[in-house]
Amino acid sequence: MGAGHSHRLYRHGHSPVHDLPPHCKLAAVFLFVVVVVSTPREAMWPFALYAVLLAGVAGAARIPAGYLLKRLLIEIPFVAFALLMPFVVPGEQVHVLGLSLSENGLWGAWNVLAKGTLGVAASVILASTTELRALLLGLQRLRLPSILVQIASFMIRYGDVITDEMRRMSIARRSRGFEARGVRSWGVLAKSAGALFIRSYERGERVHLAMVSRGYAGAMPVIDEVTATRAQWTRAVSLPAAALAVCVLGWTL
Amino acid sequence: MTEATVNAVNVPSLEVSGLAFAYPDGHQALFGVDLAVARGERVALLGPNGAGKTTLVLHLNGILEGGAGSVRVAGLPVAKENLAEIRRRVGIVFQDPDDQLFMPTVREDVAFGPAASGVRGAELEERVLAALAQVGMAEYADRPPHHLSFGQRRRVAVATVLAMSPEILVLDEPSSNLDPASRRELADILRGLDVTVLMVTHDLPYALELCGRSVILSEGVIAADGPTAEVLSDAALMRAHRLELPFGFDPSSPVALR
Repeated sequence: MGAGHSHRLYRHGHSPVHDLPPHCKLAAVFLFVVVVVSTPREAMWPFALYAVLLAGVAGAARIPAGYLLKRLLIEIPFVAFALLMPFVVPGEQVHVLGLSLSENGLWGAWNVLAKGTLGVAASVILASTTELRALLLGLQRLRLPSILVQIASFMIRYGDVITDEMRRMSIARRSRGFEARGVRSWGVLAKSAGALFIRSYERGERVHLAMVSRGYAGAMPVIDEVTATRAQWTRAVSLPAAALAVCVLGWTL
Repeated sequence: MTEATVNAVNVPSLEVSGLAFAYPDGHQALFGVDLAVARGERVALLGPNGAGKTTLVLHLNGILEGGAGSVRVAGLPVAKENLAEIRRRVGIVFQDPDDQLFMPTVREDVAFGPAASGVRGAELEERVLAALAQVGMAEYADRPPHHLSFGQRRRVAVATVLAMSPEILVLDEPSSNLDPASRRELADILRGLDVTVLMVTHDLPYALELCGRSVILSEGVIAADGPTAEVLSDAALMRAHRLELPFGFDPSSPVALR
């Protein structure tokens, strides 16, 4: 039954990276991304070093390279945007293989591509080694506004419930001879979406009633206090610290 | 000391007197309800749809208020300044467990109530496990509620309020949507609990099985109050309040009475 109970992004396992407390990992990824973004784009080699650092973390987390690369595909829409930049950004032109490209645009594309890929890779490693529930606890620990954590946690809890409701509505529609085809069925689908919204809204009211009945007064009680030792923080922060060293070298060299 | 002990035994778990309530749109749902439930008693609240059962239940923990009359839970009046304590004392189990179970895992859901009242750490953990054990769901603590069967979810919903050690357990249609086996399992669990129970239900055999006493709420007033077998056997009374026994069910038969 194990597979069905965790989210698709999470890759079950035990590794030094899996075992780190979620808020340490969140902080480490955030700092890493900040460091990467503040690296000058003209320095090419620091980005290669960042990639090596991430590969090291992925190795420690026992995430196979193929798995990580496949997850990186989510970046494609942004890559498409980056590839357009050499053609549309004004500035000095260079000629490559008979194409006239903007030099500024090329740097821009490289900037987006390199920093974006590193950021996505770091996030993918975080998501693969941290359960969704743990991420929320981590965010709560990092003092993210409680209302945001609550909204996210209700999304996890009720996502499946609402999907189920949507599926039942679809079965009910089809049982009465409706097949969604083309523009003419959009009206029916829109009404279904409206009905689903109202049902979910009413469920929200009932859930709120149940929460108030059990003593909810606006704040989620802290049930699981996540804590980290100094050693765990040190291990988590070693990634952004190493990246920072690379970044400083990138600025000075 | 003895006086206090005597008091604690004699004070009814629930005392509703002269409760009347009209919704803001003018619809009056309750017209002076009087009801007392002694400690440890199990009472079924029967009545046709629209009789005001839900309205009454929502008065018990102060979700609805502002009408005439009063509600006391173990002597404590339901009023603004007591709401936190009242909601700890009155455990309402709502009809749809998906509304009741809103946390990502069973354990966190059961912990919600006690944690909201300030219980932390080892004591919280202990309460959660004890409540789950009472409903036979201890080994499901780390599951998300969505992956449980309907009957299991209903049992966890009962555990979520048991964890608050309530004075009175209020169940809204506890047997609805349960298959016969889950229905029986829940009955076994409820019978084994040492807690006052008020059970809102249309399932008359279930009321007979679990509750010695039944109250009929009809058109906003208590229309009957007596031993369940007698209430269910009174054909004229039953007909007058749109209550019907399932086909072939005889509440006075020795099997039903056991």
